[in-house]
Amino acid sequence: MSIQPAIAGYALQLGDDALIAAQRLSEWVARAPELEEDVALANIALDLLGQARPLLSYAGEVEGRGRTEDDLAYFRDEREFTNLQITELACGDFGEAIARQLVFSCYQFEMYQRLQSSRDETLAAVAAKAVKEVAYHRDHAAQWTLRLGDGTEESHRRMQAGLTRCWPYVAEIFRPDPLGQELAARGLAVDATQLRPAWGDYIAAVLREATLAWPETIPAPGGGRRGLHTEQLGQLLAEMQYLARCHPGARW
Amino acid sequence: MESGLQAGFERLLAADQRIEPRDWMPEAYRATLIRQIAQHAHSEIIGMQPEGNWITRAPSLRRKAILIAKVQDEAGHGLYLYSACETLGVDRADLLELLHSGQQKYSSIFNYPTLTWADVGAIGWLVDGAAITNQVALCRCSYGPYARAMVRICKEESFHQRQGYELLSTLAQGTPAQRAMAQDAVDRWWWPSLMMFGPPDDASPHSAQSMAWRIKRHSNDELRQKFVDITVPQAAAAGLTLPDSQLRWNEERGHYDIGPIDWAEFKRVIKGGGPCNRQRMDRRVGAHEEGSWVREAAAAYAAKHRPDGARQGGVAA
Amino acid sequence: MSRDWPLWEVFVRSRRGLSHIHAGSVHAPDAQMALRNARDLYTRRQEGVSIWVVPSSAITAVSPDEKDPYFASAAGKAYRHPTFYDIPSEVRNL
Repeated sequence: MSIQPAIAGYALQLGDDALIAAQRLSEWVARAPELEEDVALANIALDLLGQARPLLSYAGEVEGRGRTEDDLAYFRDEREFTNLQITELACGDFGEAIARQLVFSCYQFEMYQRLQSSRDETLAAVAAKAVKEVAYHRDHAAQWTLRLGDGTEESHRRMQAGLTRCWPYVAEIFRPDPLGQELAARGLAVDATQLRPAWGDYIAAVLREATLAWPETIPAPGGGRRGLHTEQLGQLLAEMQYLARCHPGARW
Repeated sequence: MESGLQAGFERLLAADQRIEPRDWMPEAYRATLIRQIAQHAHSEIIGMQPEGNWITRAPSLRRKAILIAKVQDEAGHGLYLYSACETLGVDRADLLELLHSGQQKYSSIFNYPTLTWADVGAIGWLVDGAAITNQVALCRCSYGPYARAMVRICKEESFHQRQGYELLSTLAQGTPAQRAMAQDAVDRWWWPSLMMFGPPDDASPHSAQSMAWRIKRHSNDELRQKFVDITVPQAAAAGLTLPDSQLRWNEERGHYDIGPIDWAEFKRVIKGGGPCNRQRMDRRVGAHEEGSWVREAAAAYAAKHRPDGARQGGVAA
Repeated sequence: MSRDWPLWEVFVRSRRGLSHIHAGSVHAPDAQMALRNARDLYTRRQEGVSIWVVPSSAITAVSPDEKDPYFASAAGKAYRHPTFYDIPSEVRNL
């Protein structure tokens, strides 16, 4: 039985995560709280885009229908995207952005660290490069979590609120996914359910030091990996895709 | 005593040596530099907006990445320039305050809107092209920190212009709709780009002094002419026309002649009558004000966590 | 306001065998953030680069070749003190 479709699907999941996260982060350009943060956030967005592109290309290649990274990014509909819902949440304030980055980059770190030993050379190579980048992203988010959590009363309130806002979307990250588990059993991918303890330990330590409380929220139903998204993804895609779709087949 | 210092200062200029932060300098030299460097920095920061406008809609992932990198570079350039300006004894917070209150300006070119994707290419090719023409000379300006910042900036800038030109060329060789988009953008950005060099020097009383101080190394008209001569063949190579019916090669002069520039429009836009003046400032001031709770938090955290309880330095009272 | 974020001088050693060279300055609320900002701005995160950040006020300078009465004291500051001068508003450029 060919596992090619599974590999294509898995690469697409990781690529979609990175692409949608990059898209949201890029909305911070010329809006960051300080010029140094415009540079920092743009850097992170570029790194994520740099992960998305080879992952999407690889997915298209393995799929074997001739779809390029741009075909996948610009010409799939809402129900075909397989990113985690946390990546598509609309930008709130800086506290929300940092909360989301903390959760997501910490997950990506644990995931890429293990994916480096994938028996699939392409995935392993992407992971080897990405793990260094997301270590930096995670550290950036942690440093800001500390400063906002343990800064002023207002920043503490906003940071806590930011965590509360994105926390319902945490559960989805670690839910069992048939694709990931099937491939993990063959040493090709990472089973996200295995990442929860290490992720939790890191986050707990950061929140503790930042004087922030571990949020208690009801988990959202999720479904991103199956193409079920929040209403926010549709809005995001409308903006991201519209120009390419206005000129189908054009070269840019 | 000051005449000795003035003589020393002039000797350095005459020898084309750099003035460094601890040198004596005429107050007017310092004031002129502060204004020029600060406004250059402000231009980079404001310049992030018209191009940043298209990041979320870039029509390919490669173009999206290039555009994010470019806009990030612009933030970086602004930071290099603020750094250089601070060596003259000003604080960046004060410079930003002057920008926000309108007392210091930014390059008026950024008061124009990026209406289409092709505008991103036009800015890279024409606006960055014009900036580069000016900037190469500034790498040799008399004030050390400014010259060094410009060297760093120039290294990164040439990639920007090439990418802009490539973007437009690709459109010009594309579908009829893409070709029309490219030509429309060029039609709208050509004249404002020429205005970036400023009015003819006979209308610019401070030019002579800036030249004597080696802050300015060429006249506005010289730089504008250089830009035109370089750019006209590039337009032809890309299959694009320039919106000037009087543009033609002058064999005698060895340069391109251009039609008259509408300096009334230039003045109007500088004074606030451009399409985007209000919007650019609102966005900049808005980001700054929305971010103040973040900046305060970081400062509060730093105060709580000083390793030995002593002030960690920086701007002392 | 940047007033709350002090100024730091940045020194970068781009590879082994070379020494640290002054690259410019960054604003940051503390040393950790100064290192991050310096890395983003002056090295674009190239690997193997060593960065030092020093609060600008911690630098003591002397340069006999640069003559200015303000810096007449032997061990002065590297730059003119930021709060010593007002920003001039009367000089127009262009």
